[in-house]
Amino acid sequence: MFGALIQSGLHIAFAIAWPPLLLGVITRTKAFFAGRIGPPLLQPYYDIARLLKKGSVLSDATTWVFLAGPVAGLAATLIATLVVPLGDRAGFVSFPGDFLLVAALFGLGRFLTASAALDAGSSFEAMGAAREMTFSSLAEPALLLGFLVLARVSGALDLSDMMAETLFEHPGQQGAAIALMFMSLFILLLAENCRIPFDDPTTHLELTMIHEVMVLDHSGPALGMIEYARATKFFVFAALLVRAIVPIAGDRLWADWPLFATGTLAAAVLVGIVESMIARLRLARVPVLLLSACMLSGFGIILLAR
Amino acid sequence: MLPYLDSLVILVLVLNFVALGVTRVRAIVSSVAAQGVLLGLLALFIHADLAPRRVIMVGFMVVLKGIAIPRLLLHAMREANIVAEIRPVLGSMGSLLLGALGTALALLFAHTLPLADEQKRLLVVPASLATVWTGLVILTTRTTAIVQVLGYLVLENGVFLFGLLLLSAMPLLVESGVLLDLFTGVFVMGIIVHHISREAPGAGPDVSARTAE
Repeated sequence: MFGALIQSGLHIAFAIAWPPLLLGVITRTKAFFAGRIGPPLLQPYYDIARLLKKGSVLSDATTWVFLAGPVAGLAATLIATLVVPLGDRAGFVSFPGDFLLVAALFGLGRFLTASAALDAGSSFEAMGAAREMTFSSLAEPALLLGFLVLARVSGALDLSDMMAETLFEHPGQQGAAIALMFMSLFILLLAENCRIPFDDPTTHLELTMIHEVMVLDHSGPALGMIEYARATKFFVFAALLVRAIVPIAGDRLWADWPLFATGTLAAAVLVGIVESMIARLRLARVPVLLLSACMLSGFGIILLAR
Repeated sequence: MLPYLDSLVILVLVLNFVALGVTRVRAIVSSVAAQGVLLGLLALFIHADLAPRRVIMVGFMVVLKGIAIPRLLLHAMREANIVAEIRPVLGSMGSLLLGALGTALALLFAHTLPLADEQKRLLVVPASLATVWTGLVILTTRTTAIVQVLGYLVLENGVFLFGLLLLSAMPLLVESGVLLDLFTGVFVMGIIVHHISREAPGAGPDVSARTAE
């Protein structure tokens, strides 16, 4: 009982406090590769705190939908962190088919962010919303196919059992299928979190933006919530990646949580390295990479089904 | 046999898709070189015994496929001022879909081939068929000579992958002979591309377009 309480407490603490640190690690990694010192590791925390203290400027053209986007987007990603197992055996909430809830929560967050962008009445933001929806139509099937690979390997439909199967526990074709799913998930992590080569969260070059363009009219606490939701979404994807390859049993409190924390930091460093090494893709080439992610997971399923 | 052999073979498949999906010649050269090195490592570790002769042969192969041929191609690119972007008849999306179709069919039907029981379970056979298919797609849908040679190299990688299964039955010397033929082919192609470029600068290395005219 006491152990379960500690596990739950750690789960919530990690889900709330850890995500912005990962963005800080990415920035520092990129700065290191560029030969700069870079901002402090805790800079994303300072930024979010600063934005939450500020006031908002709202256009007369906007309705409640404009503010519902950031709030619901943050709520959706925070609920997703409760469903995905972190350093514990099972998520805070676990039931058969919960992986569909995670995918649906991401979809909901995306839908409301795009709705908020449309609500601003700017054709420029509407263009970003259209891009986001177009690319998500390829990203969502890849995510679901990846989950199906894990479901097939584990024979279970809840994330706690699905994520208990790691690459190194299955040397044969099941391991190969998990490896394919891992690669697909990494591409999705970059796409869904607007990282290079899909998007650049630091740019404001109008014609190439996808996600950033949707949130241009948001300011103050709403923008703070968007930034925090972005960090949390990255954290969820990093958690899925780590759990796919790192054997975390979930019953060794002293070993599993440090292992998980190190794994997520390593994922952030890896993203920083990728961003330092490659440039942004041309917008027209983004679907090709997303299609590749779909294919990788699809091959994983074919491997398991044959 | 390596416990994670299938996971390594998967990387060969992924490199096939990289070669199909990228649009820069240099990126294709890198992916084909990486595939060559990976296949060399697979040849080294696929069987438990590490005979010195095999190590030498594999080392020779890795140097040839991973370093010599890519350097030669990049040199030819520089000398002939070949444009960095490929000019495909079929775009990246179409090539990827075609590659995916071939790979899926290979994965689904490779086990129906008359193979030994322990080989039916391995991914090596479908991966080799898929790699040969990928090489064929690159060979037929790209218009520049240098990328067609790269397609030929991918095709040879597929043949080599299949040969890994017969490693104990077929002497490595035969495979290295094939490899040497390939190297000579690439070498001759490099010289031809260079000469075409020198004699007719406007024509460029677009061999298929020239012959079609």
